Amino acid sequence: MSTLDDAPDLLYSETEDDLRAAVRSLLTGRGDIPAALDRAESGAPYDTALWTSLAAGIGAAGLLVPEPLGGQGASHREAAVVLEELGRAVTPAPYLTSSVIATHTLLGCGTGDGGAVAKLLSALAEGRTVAVLAVPLSTGPDAPLPDTAPGAAIRAVADAAIADVLLVIGHDGLYAVETAAPGVTVRAQTPLDLTRPLSTVTVDAAALTAGTRLADAGTAEAAVRSGLLTGAGLLASEQLGLAEWCLEETVRHTRERHQFNRPVGSFQALKHRMAQLWLEVVSARAAARNAADALATDSSGVPLAVAVAQAYCGRVAVHAAEECVQLHGGIGMTWEHPAHLYLKRAKSAEIALGSTGSHRERLAVLTALPAPGRPTA
Amino acid sequence: MNAIDAAELRRRTRDLLAAHPPADTEPADFLKARFDAGLAWVHFPAGLGGLDAPRSLQSVVDAELAASGAPDNDPRRIGIGLGMAAPTILGFGTDEQKRRFLRPLWVGDEVWCQLFSEPGAGSDLAALGTRAVREGGSGANGEGGDWIVNGQKVWTSSAHLARWAILIARTDPALPKHRGITYFICDMTAPGVDVRPLRQITGEAEFNEVFLTDVRIPDAHRLGAVGDGWKVARTTLMNERVSIGGARLPREGGMIGPVSRTWRERPELRTHQLHQRLLALWVEAEVARLTGERLRQQLAVGRPGPEGSGLKLSFARLNQEISGLEVELLGDEGLLYDDWTMRRPELVDFTGREAGYRYLRSKGNSIEGGTSEVLLNIVAERVLGLPAEPRDDKDVAWKDLAR
Ligand SMILES: Cc1cc2nc3c(=O)[nH]c(=O)nc-3n(C[C@H](O)[C@H](O)[C@H](O)COP(=O)(O)OP(=O)(O)OC[C@H]3O[C@@H](n4cnc5c(N)ncnc54)[C@H](O)[C@@H]3O)c2cc1C
Repeated sequence: MSTLDDAPDLLYSETEDDLRAAVRSLLTGRGDIPAALDRAESGAPYDTALWTSLAAGIGAAGLLVPEPLGGQGASHREAAVVLEELGRAVTPAPYLTSSVIATHTLLGCGTGDGGAVAKLLSALAEGRTVAVLAVPLSTGPDAPLPDTAPGAAIRAVADAAIADVLLVIGHDGLYAVETAAPGVTVRAQTPLDLTRPLSTVTVDAAALTAGTRLADAGTAEAAVRSGLLTGAGLLASEQLGLAEWCLEETVRHTRERHQFNRPVGSFQALKHRMAQLWLEVVSARAAARNAADALATDSSGVPLAVAVAQAYCGRVAVHAAEECVQLHGGIGMTWEHPAHLYLKRAKSAEIALGSTGSHRERLAVLTALPAPGRPTA
Repeated sequence: MNAIDAAELRRRTRDLLAAHPPADTEPADFLKARFDAGLAWVHFPAGLGGLDAPRSLQSVVDAELAASGAPDNDPRRIGIGLGMAAPTILGFGTDEQKRRFLRPLWVGDEVWCQLFSEPGAGSDLAALGTRAVREGGSGANGEGGDWIVNGQKVWTSSAHLARWAILIARTDPALPKHRGITYFICDMTAPGVDVRPLRQITGEAEFNEVFLTDVRIPDAHRLGAVGDGWKVARTTLMNERVSIGGARLPREGGMIGPVSRTWRERPELRTHQLHQRLLALWVEAEVARLTGERLRQQLAVGRPGPEGSGLKLSFARLNQEISGLEVELLGDEGLLYDDWTMRRPELVDFTGREAGYRYLRSKGNSIEGGTSEVLLNIVAERVLGLPAEPRDDKDVAWKDLAR
């Protein structure tokens, strides 16, 4: 089905390594877990100073925005590296939602003539403004778009709590609506994943028409789908980073923890489980890099690469987090130990942007392996 | 001398093709000329089939030759020689050994086999008991004399076709097990070498028992120093794992290919339950392929990762699950088998036979070249740094170990 010569670049470039080092040192300095836990319970989960350093200081928010619009003009490969690090630290930050999904959706709306789209993109690139697409986090790239009729409650919108702008799908196109505008409500829900807050959003008819129309209906649909597809592809990198942390931490713990006069990590039953996990993490890296590279080169293989990465990496992240809890024993069940934050993030990320099963169903179409009763494409 | 780069290799490849047009050259002659031009394995030294070029540039030569329809050697037939004997001879052989053995090995004139496993030593290979005793030579410690080998090897793939074998044998039972082993090149036509087919799960006999009775091996066919055999063998084993998992595949290039084709062509066989499993395995096969691709890219830029030992594990499990699914998908046909006739195959051909064969043969993928359990131990200890199993055989003379 494919030749060997159009092989994707699956390695990290030097620029990407440097970017990783910068993000990691920022997060180790500032993004410590006990503080994140306190914030999560305080109802103000985001560390806005950290977000400013990441988005504006390092310039991560503008990676996908072209230079003429004030961004870095980098690619999905770099954004993927940022997401790996955010996944490793389960950082509550609107990176995936604002800097990837909303940004990519806007890029699909036509950025010419210095109009509203271009202005909004520049603001996002500078990290001054946070925008999120007003759809449930579970919406996959090929799913029917949710009912966002004026006044309807849109549930489980990720990071709406910190957003300045909502991108709302109206029946005649895509609108930018300020969250502070009259007729907009953002009501916090209690999320499974404490590090990715969810809200129920309602935008009434008046608020929608008072907003800025960014694209007509046809353009909007394509732009939203491409935003969601990009988000799904790069979410795999976040899942990879998360899984990697879980494995490393589990190996570290089981080497130190003694029972029966031996480190528990010397028991073969545990060694094999961790070795198996390593294999899955190594494989997840290949899948996630493949998706990031396909997106960066805008290859025709994007839908397949994204579906493969999502169908694989979500499972790996959940498995890694579940093993992390189990192999830590009792301490893994405590609120104080970060393992639960990883498990909660992993399990909800598995549903985010299309479930594992829905990505497999997309693959069935893309690979011409149809379900029983359906003709071969 | 100019450094060899891609352009230079392309030029040399075209020169070879011009001097030996594949259309009117015997395949064997073409392969010999290719070896002599240094285009067999470009990272090998000049004069030994290579040009001291970076390993990553082999693909330039291969692509150029493939495009011109030149014959290639068949790694399925000479896999042990190519993947295991050659890197070991290159690493530890004398100049004379390298000159004698590498060319016929690569060209395919001489097939190799691996006389490592024994009835009492498989996963614990260093426990082996085949003895090699030196008959006095003219040197101070008897150097130069012949070695007399006695013992039994087992599961030896291709022994019935092989001209030469890599062999490890115990030369000092008074030392701890890893230290008293020496590595040899054994002539499979020498008197005292008795190869007996061992029929296997598939009905054929791809591997053998090999009985060694007073087999005489000249000291010139020793590889590495006396007592260094374990070190030399580790090179072989490392290369074995890489070469088992290391083939470059196109999408759907492995076992997932036949089952996907059957799915597409035979809608009447489809069920929802099998569909879910097929898609999950398709994803895993694609991801394993990408992982191999990533490993190759790391090698090409000189930063090899430990992924090699992992790939063999992935492929073993995948091959088994996919072929199991394929048999189920076939329903009534899955109840049948293509042919139980006892055969002695020249090569392992997974795709040339039917699903039942694939299902049975793939059971060997998690045993040959180190079992999956042993490989998981290696990953856990060497890659993840987890503590080793407690062991009590390290400092005990081999002869004093319980057996
Ligand atoms: C198709 C095929 C071709 C082969 N070709 C060759 C060949 O050409 N040349 C050659 O020399 N050999 C060959 N072999 C032999 C192969 O390398 C051995 O079979 C293998 O190393 C396992 O050894 P064993 O059979 O003695 O099993 P054992 O070592 O007895 O293993 C039995 C079981 O115990 C498990 N086990 C053993 N030790 C451990 C441990 N430390 N931790 C956890 N589990 C453990 C194993 O995983 C296995 O499940 C071939 C094998 C097969 C199946």
